[in-house]
Amino acid sequence: MTRYNRRTLLKAGATFAGASALGFPAIVRAQADKIKIGHLTPLTGFLGALGTYAQLGIRLVAEEINASGGVIGRQLDILSEDSVNPSTAATKAQRMLDQDGVDFLMGEINSASALTIMQVAERNKRLFVQIGARSDALRGKNCNKYTFHVDIPNTVMVNAVGKALVREKMVKDKKFFTLTADYIFGHDLLNAAKRFFAANGGNLIGDELVATDVTDFSPYLLKIRQAQPDVVCSNLAGNQVTTLIKQYAEFGLPYPIVGFNLNTADAWAAGDGNLSGTWPTVWYHTLDVPASKTFVANFIKKNGKPPENHAWIEYISLKIMAQAINETQSTDTDKLIAYLEKETEFDILKARKAYFRNWDHQLMQEAYPFTVKPKGKAKDQWDFIALGAAVPGANEPLESLAPTREQNPCSL
Amino acid sequence: MQFGFLLEQVVNGLVLGGYYLLIALGLSLIFSVGGIVNLAHGAFYALGAYASVEFTRYLGFGPAVVLSPIAVALLGILFERFILRRFYTADPILSLLVTFGLAMVTEQAIRIIWGAAPLSAAIPPAFRGSVFVGDFLFSRYRLLILAVVAAVLVFVWLLLHKTSFGRVVRAGIQRPDMVAALGIRLQPYMIAIVMLGVGMAALGGAFFAPITIVHPAMGAEIITVAFVVVVIGGLGSFWGVVLAALLVGVVRGITIHFLPAAGEASIYILMFLVLMVRPRGLLGERIEKFE
Repeated sequence: MTRYNRRTLLKAGATFAGASALGFPAIVRAQADKIKIGHLTPLTGFLGALGTYAQLGIRLVAEEINASGGVIGRQLDILSEDSVNPSTAATKAQRMLDQDGVDFLMGEINSASALTIMQVAERNKRLFVQIGARSDALRGKNCNKYTFHVDIPNTVMVNAVGKALVREKMVKDKKFFTLTADYIFGHDLLNAAKRFFAANGGNLIGDELVATDVTDFSPYLLKIRQAQPDVVCSNLAGNQVTTLIKQYAEFGLPYPIVGFNLNTADAWAAGDGNLSGTWPTVWYHTLDVPASKTFVANFIKKNGKPPENHAWIEYISLKIMAQAINETQSTDTDKLIAYLEKETEFDILKARKAYFRNWDHQLMQEAYPFTVKPKGKAKDQWDFIALGAAVPGANEPLESLAPTREQNPCSL
Repeated sequence: MQFGFLLEQVVNGLVLGGYYLLIALGLSLIFSVGGIVNLAHGAFYALGAYASVEFTRYLGFGPAVVLSPIAVALLGILFERFILRRFYTADPILSLLVTFGLAMVTEQAIRIIWGAAPLSAAIPPAFRGSVFVGDFLFSRYRLLILAVVAAVLVFVWLLLHKTSFGRVVRAGIQRPDMVAALGIRLQPYMIAIVMLGVGMAALGGAFFAPITIVHPAMGAEIITVAFVVVVIGGLGSFWGVVLAALLVGVVRGITIHFLPAAGEASIYILMFLVLMVRPRGLLGERIEKFE
């Protein structure tokens, strides 16, 4: 026993000396009482670019919180890793809970990985703040008590764009052709789109499932031309949307293209003059809200480029958790869940505050349809989106675009 | 009408095959002459794309697609001189490992230099849109690519079959010992082959940047298909690779037409079938050093 203790002491001493020499005294000093958060997000693969922004967002907010003294007097320690794929994501989540001793889990963009982490959270009875995955099924038939969802679900994205399309008379009696990402997220988005078409008199004449590693869409574009739709609609995800937009512009098909999912990093990569149509977004850095502008300015100062919507959503998610820990004075899973379920309102840097709906744990918030600014109107390479008015409108309840109790099979 | 649509997919597949060809031909040459399976070949394709995006920013698209392959070919000299040269006679597993490592290092280096977010690149306005030939729809830009591929193909064929350089290279593939006995060193030829190979990959990257996503892992995405093409075509055969690239493009197009979900799997099934019937690939020659 003595031997063991002496060794531990030596090791600890060496670590301390080494860390001090390297100039990280703060880390060592606060080690014992840090709040550890396990953060998983895809940093490689077709969602990797988005995950990189997500990491920048959560790092920025953690630094800000820590600089102002932390939460309940404790510093935040974010353990952030590449979730890689659904099975690795689950393995890493379990390891973070078991070995790294994290207090709760956050992150994700990939709906399939989010699903496996949700199962880990439920098995271990620990909180998982599911930030960026949008599949309806996660907050629907697969929902569980331990998971809260921040990003807008597929149904909301479809309805956000759908409202704009209906206004432009682009739905009723129109023929739609969709391209759908072949995994849980895409299937789910297609279902939401089908419900929308059915409710508004749109006509789905063709759909193709596209594997997530497809990089050449030319055979699909030829099929679209054969089908002669009125509107082409993308249900793809991640950087596949970029490829589709580029190749759609390349072939110059005459049918307008719209989409039910697009993240701004993927829009930025589309290239000058390639993007057109109406798309949904959960946030954009030109949003005219003072708190949002401050966040954008701080982000640019630190990273030299504007934040993408995944950077924003990670930022506000950790803010929400910091508020929850502050209010409950605890990191206890049950207390945090009880607090979030009270439908407390949170400032998420938008015009209206947001809250988690208590029966499906989905954050109710504004979304925006957007179109592309005409050529020559953009201030810089990041500024080519013309944001539409927030939906739901200021006089409508935030829940009005979300799936209703009848549509959503979730029971916690 | 159905037949017309199918024909359109076939023609489109041929165009796509031309693009696979740019990557696969270099891969096949480097393997045939040097006996090295260059897993880093995709990395040069990615570098070509990134370099062309950078050059386009300052010089425009035209100069970019010329300069980018040249720059990457020069990089190829270093690659041959400091890495490949040590592995010509070594256990093949070593060259596999080192080129695989290089592919990963390059991908991460790209991530560090240019970031993980994809870069934006656009087709020059003159080549946007499509043209109709009869009832067939062609992307104007892909026709340009097809013309470039055809020109490259003619150049490489002439180089290999009508010059003394080509004679040595072809002899080197079949009988390196004989070439050595005649007092010819293969090493300088290998530098040229590597430059040609990675330069062609970079040319593919430069031309594909505007219609695919320019991101760090783009090299890893293309390398698998390129290998499938080389394996189907057979080693040491120029026309084998050409045939295989076109076949892969067409099979994928037709499969997507009838059974979209199997589109990506179709090329592997094709490889499987070809290997069952012809283990050396479609036009593969018997190469003693690889038997």
